[in-house]
Amino acid sequence: MIPASFEYHRPGSVDEVVSLLAELGEEGRVLAGGHSLIPMMKLRLAEPAHLIDLTGVEGLRGIAEVEGAIHIGAMTTQAEIIKSDALAERCPILREAAELIADPQVRALGTIGGNAANGDPGNDIPAVMMAVDAAYVLRGSDGERTVAARDFYQGPFETALAVGEFLTAIRIPAPPAGQGQAYCKLKRKVGDYAIAATAVTLAVDGGVCGQAAVALTNVGITPLYAEAASTALVGTAVDAAAVEAAVEAAVAITDPAADLRGPVEYRRHAAGVMTRRAIETALARAKGG
Amino acid sequence: MSETKTETAAEREAALGGIGCDKRRKEDARFIRGQGNYIDDIKLPNMVFGDFVRSPYAHARIKSIDAEKAKAVPGVIAVLTAADLKPLNLHWMPTLAGDTQAVLADEKVHFQNQEVAFVIAEDRYAAADGIQLVDVDYEELPVLIDPKKALEDGAPILREDVKDKDEVGQGPRRHPNHIFNWQSGDKDATDKAFAGAQVTVKEEIFYQRVHPAPIETCGCVASMDAVSGRLTLYGTFQAPHVVRTIVSLIAGLPESKIRVISPDVGGGFGNKVGAYPGYVCAIVGSIVLGRPVKWIESRIDNISTTAFARDYHMTGELAADKDGKITGLRANVLADHGAFNTHAQPMKWPAGFFNIVTGSYDVPTAHVTVDGVYTNKAPGGVSYRCSFRVTEAAYLIERMLDVLAQKIGVDKAEIRLRNFIKPEQFPYNSCLGWEYDSGDYPAALKQAMKAVGYEDLRKEQAEKRARGELMGIGIATFTEIVGAGPSRNCDILGIKMFESCEIRVHPTGSATARLGTKSTGQGHETTYAQIIATEIGIPSDLITVEEGDTDTAPYGLGTYGSRTTPVGAAAAARAGRKIREKAKKIAAHMLEVSENDLEWDVDRFTVKGVPDLSATMKDIAMAAYSNLPEGLEHGLEVVDYYDPPNMTYPFGAYICVVDVNRHTGEISVRSFYALDDCGTRINPMIIEGQVHGGLTEAFGIAMGQEIVYDDMGNVLGASFLDYFMPTAVETPHWETDHTVTPSPHHPLGAKGVGESPNVGGVPAFSNAVVDAFAHLGVTHMPMPHAAWRVWQTCHELGIDK
Repeated sequence: MIPASFEYHRPGSVDEVVSLLAELGEEGRVLAGGHSLIPMMKLRLAEPAHLIDLTGVEGLRGIAEVEGAIHIGAMTTQAEIIKSDALAERCPILREAAELIADPQVRALGTIGGNAANGDPGNDIPAVMMAVDAAYVLRGSDGERTVAARDFYQGPFETALAVGEFLTAIRIPAPPAGQGQAYCKLKRKVGDYAIAATAVTLAVDGGVCGQAAVALTNVGITPLYAEAASTALVGTAVDAAAVEAAVEAAVAITDPAADLRGPVEYRRHAAGVMTRRAIETALARAKGG
Repeated sequence: MSETKTETAAEREAALGGIGCDKRRKEDARFIRGQGNYIDDIKLPNMVFGDFVRSPYAHARIKSIDAEKAKAVPGVIAVLTAADLKPLNLHWMPTLAGDTQAVLADEKVHFQNQEVAFVIAEDRYAAADGIQLVDVDYEELPVLIDPKKALEDGAPILREDVKDKDEVGQGPRRHPNHIFNWQSGDKDATDKAFAGAQVTVKEEIFYQRVHPAPIETCGCVASMDAVSGRLTLYGTFQAPHVVRTIVSLIAGLPESKIRVISPDVGGGFGNKVGAYPGYVCAIVGSIVLGRPVKWIESRIDNISTTAFARDYHMTGELAADKDGKITGLRANVLADHGAFNTHAQPMKWPAGFFNIVTGSYDVPTAHVTVDGVYTNKAPGGVSYRCSFRVTEAAYLIERMLDVLAQKIGVDKAEIRLRNFIKPEQFPYNSCLGWEYDSGDYPAALKQAMKAVGYEDLRKEQAEKRARGELMGIGIATFTEIVGAGPSRNCDILGIKMFESCEIRVHPTGSATARLGTKSTGQGHETTYAQIIATEIGIPSDLITVEEGDTDTAPYGLGTYGSRTTPVGAAAAARAGRKIREKAKKIAAHMLEVSENDLEWDVDRFTVKGVPDLSATMKDIAMAAYSNLPEGLEHGLEVVDYYDPPNMTYPFGAYICVVDVNRHTGEISVRSFYALDDCGTRINPMIIEGQVHGGLTEAFGIAMGQEIVYDDMGNVLGASFLDYFMPTAVETPHWETDHTVTPSPHHPLGAKGVGESPNVGGVPAFSNAVVDAFAHLGVTHMPMPHAAWRVWQTCHELGIDK
């Protein structure tokens, strides 16, 4: 449980990070809250030669509303997400999901950017970001670009981040009026990864679903955006048949591994139960419940 | 001589803080301030660190070990392998079970994470870097994980070192992978009972492999003083004196040259009884280098290599009449001990006290067989928070009672009431040879049923079942057997399992007591002081209790199997009484009366009929050093070695109520009521804490803990990320209660309690879960009752949609 030796860097600005990353290439890893990377380093499953600590970098922390959209700095901690009443008002699924991540000690240091960018299919934030259709702001030596959360995840710990790039912020478009959101997570205990979890946003107008997004945590090699499940809800009254169709479509794209949280069959079933629960909860909230 | 009587006897008694009061724990003042002194807090000048290269394979031949690159790492001092230990004959060591265990893998590895080489370095970082660079060439061998397959003809032979031996310390064996066969009871009479039975039931019941997982892992610091030739060994030992004896035997040093110190120990639960390769390697390292060597386990090391518990594949059978009165019991067990037989039990008992399996019930005849088997798993088979193999036995009988109740359609409380040993049958001789000292089982169960509103719960359950909802009520009316043990049948390495206490009363009226047991968090400094306070009339606040230093404490066998109260506390009480005997002689001299004219009065001797004429213990203490009758030696100190005449038999009645989510398989523990009878209660608050802890561990075991191996022998989930350790959020609320049935043979009537809640808790949870499905024809469900397993049952029954 002792990491291999590494060089530690503590830059003060985004530009410094960019130039360090450019200089160090694949040998450099950015360190956010450290609650995924450092355990991996202690097990020597990760042995970065250089750690670039983002703690001292200016401008990476905070929650702001910009022209209706929500901008969250990558180094904003889960605790800060939970604490923000304004955020809970605008986009309540973030607080709901953050409260289900790990435990208070971890949430005090763990960041939303780290959780989003790490690429671990067990992380909770990615599915939530897919459900709210967030965009990730990436910085590298070629400047800034944005990638949709739904396009970001490519494999276990493989993301759209290029060598030399890092995540600086997350932008969430203004949620449409009448949208309900829910994140439902089945887990064995506090601090555990999900057996299965589902994030749902849906908006109803005049009894008809005008927008829906369903995304799944820890039931595949990446977080999963369930496009067919989302489509199955749009244009319906979100009645029993529509929910059933959405659940089936969501379960159909799951491909979980068997582990101590259960065999494949159970985890797929659990994904269905969580999806149903999240849709029903989001619907009730959309209707003002 | 006598002081002004300003206090009543009751006030003086209260001032003592003796037996029966909720005294706050003395040790907590340092624990909650972070001032505990645990093994990793020990730092000696010039100390170095050692850690292991561990095998990635479960079964493989070691073709070569190349440590040159590791030795070149700055800070790495030495790399030890079996080849280095061989000339010292330390590459293997004896186990407490009569087997031998590899210290560092000798030609072969037998389980994943087995110790292969020991890297010693200036600091932990260099040691870790060195470990990564030790190059070991393995040739993989076929892996045996299933103990049933291990006993098949033609199965790969695991222990080539003993393949030609007829026995490995515990009687004849029949297969190279077989360790022992142990039987208890009357086979013919039992066969006859089954042949003539009106009803029989049979169930395969597996008690999974779990780990005690104490919050502090194992570790040690070995320090050899080359000048004096003295070895000091600090370590996480539940039995420091036994460790000293083992080290003496293994290392060939006289015990007078070995000092073993157990500092504060952060939980043991059986994990810290045995001797581990880390201790031997640290000692050898210190002898060779002349510097102190520290070895500390990581969490993964702890769960995947040092003593596990259970892994019992049991088949239970009951014969009964049509009313459910049991007429016979059979139990057959395949016991998976892993790579080496390293259980830690009294040596004559390879399956511990598993033949307590008739439990709280009057079973006329029974027969038990247990076969120990080698597999490619970590070695062990210790008792995790229970007396030796009693959790397994209690789980089997408490489950089987429910199976029988369902078979004949009788309520699960009623089946117990029909079969209980009756209060008037005590002392009760069980058909498997135990003499139960005391108990009142029907009273305990009836009190429990009344407390939880049992009849109403059953009504509610029926209503819920009618609505398709799942609710379960689990009962466990267990009997523990603790306090190993009487010298006629309990020893370790030939040393009888007595316990000891030395008391020194100092001139100004305080005392120091030293004992052979060792607290790993149970609060011995408090409870022993309370016992001695009551016995010698000196306030418990003025009594300092010391344990864990073999240079100062009298020899004892240590703390495990709930033996501290049954054996250690008895020694403390008897030592106190010896102090009082001498004190009486001194008091008679001080008061110028005959001893026969004195009576004991809380904290003093008073002249009968003259209450104002008395000598307090405080005054007597000074007189012991200043004013003695002729012929009496100075001082006021004694030592007592207590050989218990019998075990003690704490018992309890637990009732657990659960709701089951049939869609997800999640179990919600709605309530848990635990009535414990541990005889005389020394500190009720500490007892309650012990019960809370034991129930929480039982909850973990029943609901999620399991050390799983894949077919390749890879240990899955040996960290708290995967191994289920409940937090305060998951842990149910505990409702505790008690009855008091003193032990007739214990000097205080006390029986021990720390392990009862684990013994009774697990079957109570399991019975509740199965009971939720009983109306659907389910008789047994495998532990642990993780949501996915419960869902599988729901799914098979078609009720998960």
